[in-house]
Amino acid sequence: MNKILLIIQREYITRVKKKSFWIASILVPFLIAAVYTIPVLLFVNADDSRNVIVLDDSKLFKGKLNSEGDYTYIYSEKTLAEAKKDLKKSNDDIVVHIEKDILTNSKGVQILGRKTVGIGTQHAIQGKIQNELRNIKLKNAGIDLKVLEDNKINVDAQTYTLNEDGGEKSSNSGGAMILGGIFGFLLYLSAFLYGSQVMNGVIEEKSNRIIEVVVSSVRPFQLMLGKIIGVGMVGLTQFLLWGVLTFTASTVTSSIMSGKIEEKVQAKVKAGLSKDEIKKFEASVKSENPLNSISDAIENVSLGKMIFCFILYYLGGYLLYSSLFAAIGSAVESPSEAQQFMFPVTIPIILSFILAQFILQKPDSPIAFWASIIPLTSPIDMMVRLPFGVPNWEIALSLTLLILGFIGTTWLAGKVYRVGILMYGKKPSWKEITKWVFYKG
Amino acid sequence: MSIILEAQNVVKRYAGHTALSGVSIQVPQGSIFGLLGPNGAGKTSLIRIINQITGPDEGQILLDGEKLQPKHIEVIGYLPEERGLYKKMKVGEQLLYLAQLKGMPKAEAVEKLKAWFIKFDIKGWWDKNVEDLSKGMQQKTQFIATIVHQPKLVILDEPFSGFDPINANLLKDEILALKENGTTIIFSTHRMESVEELCDNIALINKSKVVLSGEKKEVKNRFRDNTFNLEYSGALAPIEGVFEILNAKNVEGITKAKVRLLDGTSANQFLGQAIQQVDLKAFNENIPSFNEIFIKVVGEDANTIL
Repeated sequence: MNKILLIIQREYITRVKKKSFWIASILVPFLIAAVYTIPVLLFVNADDSRNVIVLDDSKLFKGKLNSEGDYTYIYSEKTLAEAKKDLKKSNDDIVVHIEKDILTNSKGVQILGRKTVGIGTQHAIQGKIQNELRNIKLKNAGIDLKVLEDNKINVDAQTYTLNEDGGEKSSNSGGAMILGGIFGFLLYLSAFLYGSQVMNGVIEEKSNRIIEVVVSSVRPFQLMLGKIIGVGMVGLTQFLLWGVLTFTASTVTSSIMSGKIEEKVQAKVKAGLSKDEIKKFEASVKSENPLNSISDAIENVSLGKMIFCFILYYLGGYLLYSSLFAAIGSAVESPSEAQQFMFPVTIPIILSFILAQFILQKPDSPIAFWASIIPLTSPIDMMVRLPFGVPNWEIALSLTLLILGFIGTTWLAGKVYRVGILMYGKKPSWKEITKWVFYKG
Repeated sequence: MSIILEAQNVVKRYAGHTALSGVSIQVPQGSIFGLLGPNGAGKTSLIRIINQITGPDEGQILLDGEKLQPKHIEVIGYLPEERGLYKKMKVGEQLLYLAQLKGMPKAEAVEKLKAWFIKFDIKGWWDKNVEDLSKGMQQKTQFIATIVHQPKLVILDEPFSGFDPINANLLKDEILALKENGTTIIFSTHRMESVEELCDNIALINKSKVVLSGEKKEVKNRFRDNTFNLEYSGALAPIEGVFEILNAKNVEGITKAKVRLLDGTSANQFLGQAIQQVDLKAFNENIPSFNEIFIKVVGEDANTIL
């Protein structure tokens, strides 16, 4: 037991001391913070107000294209050639040329800019013209404009989940999807990241020829277990660092963000915008930030339960797969040789990731149920399902099977490992590896 | 002399082949024991069983009269044939780790290691990365790792492979120094000159069986075939019932010949006959080298099977 501790200690310390560990631990939270901060900051800071010079040959749109958001529509009687000449002087302006036969020719609109016209701008202008064109056509067909106005209905459905005591609480399936996706992805990543670290560690010991010295002091199973636990703890440390640093980084960035948003709101107030419009702006800022919908989803399933389950499924899934990776590492002498054997082990990992996409769509389907119960796929797929609400008995069943599963794979891996680590020379076949399982002593 | 290690009818089978079939050896306390044999004979399999890396299918190993058990790991030091070190670790850390795995308390291990660092004049290495060491330096490190926990039984599998003459000599001196201190050493090799030089006892394993074993002198005696080398000038004729000439070569008037004495003729009787015929310059018994014994035994074995 004491010796396992020594092994765990060595595996843990040598990895945590590496520069790459700290680079990953620090970089990832900043990337995460950047992922949700940058869109918001861009949205808030964007000063995209542009003059759109409309050259309307069809004479259908005069007075109909109202300035909106960042786009100010200006009608011009200039010819296309003149407008092009003017465009050269101004960087931000855009010229829209509507041809005479726009009603029949859907390609009768050209958008010209000094710089490349962005897809967002294209969509905004296109959408506006499209809308107006539809109105004109409907009007020509004899439909009253008032009816058209009445028809602009905005449905914003609210989803609720029923509590066990019959009460209802607002649920946020979008947030649950994001949260489930994040958890699934983290577990998917950890299975590969730390599983292959275990594998490479085993290969390193074997190719360094240190292995025989070590197994003359400790049992091969102790060495394997020590390595798996040591690397697993490195993983937990990394997650912990990511959690703490992401929280810190997001606290800092959100305070910066809310400052910026406040500034912007003040500017809008000064500019004399109506309260409604400011509200709309605030809502749209909020919608740019994925963190908001996630925090809604977390309110739904308790955060404690999430973290608890995440640690259990991380450990279970990690132990299950890393022991298989350790067995592969023991059978080969270089990472390139390992590729062939990794394939069957990575299939269930990739499969659970693919299944996760279905589960996000239909978290209560039979596929989702079985994927989150069967040990090979359950670590990833149960975490994906969890934010949607999963009965406790299913979690208990899935965890029990997962524990049995990793005891099984660890036992099997130990059998292969103890023989494999001392085999040098030719690369073994699957048949030989299977035989190793039945070797005595 | 007491027996420190005894293997009794050890059998080890792998799928498809038998590595050891009923191997028995006895290693006397405080001796240097040579485990000889061609590649693939089963030496390493036996060594791994003694180190409890694998277990025997049949038979048992006794250490100090006790059946082998986990606690014995701490009294054995093992330098495998396939040996290496963690490349990214510092020399000192690494040795400390390996010593602790052998059950040494940390403080004691540090103290012992420091003594070895001084002895080998490598004080500056403690914080060096292993990958920055030369091969010879790594070999020294590995040797320290093998014996730092003061094992009473040291097992060296092909210890001289890859050593330059200087380091090989150093290792030889250390092996002899260990023996002086009462440590028992088993070493496996197919380099017969080191057997000649170091071993007190040997066991020759071929094709999973012990085909020859015993004290070095006694084994050599067994292979004496009554042949003698002599140098003389003049002409020597064989005498029936006394000796025959196996080969003779004349170089610048001196003949070098190999003769076999027949029908219990003693060396003295032979000499009496010989000096009557020739002017004798040199005479000595032809005692087979281990190289010859090895080739004879292993070669015959191969022939009988072929």
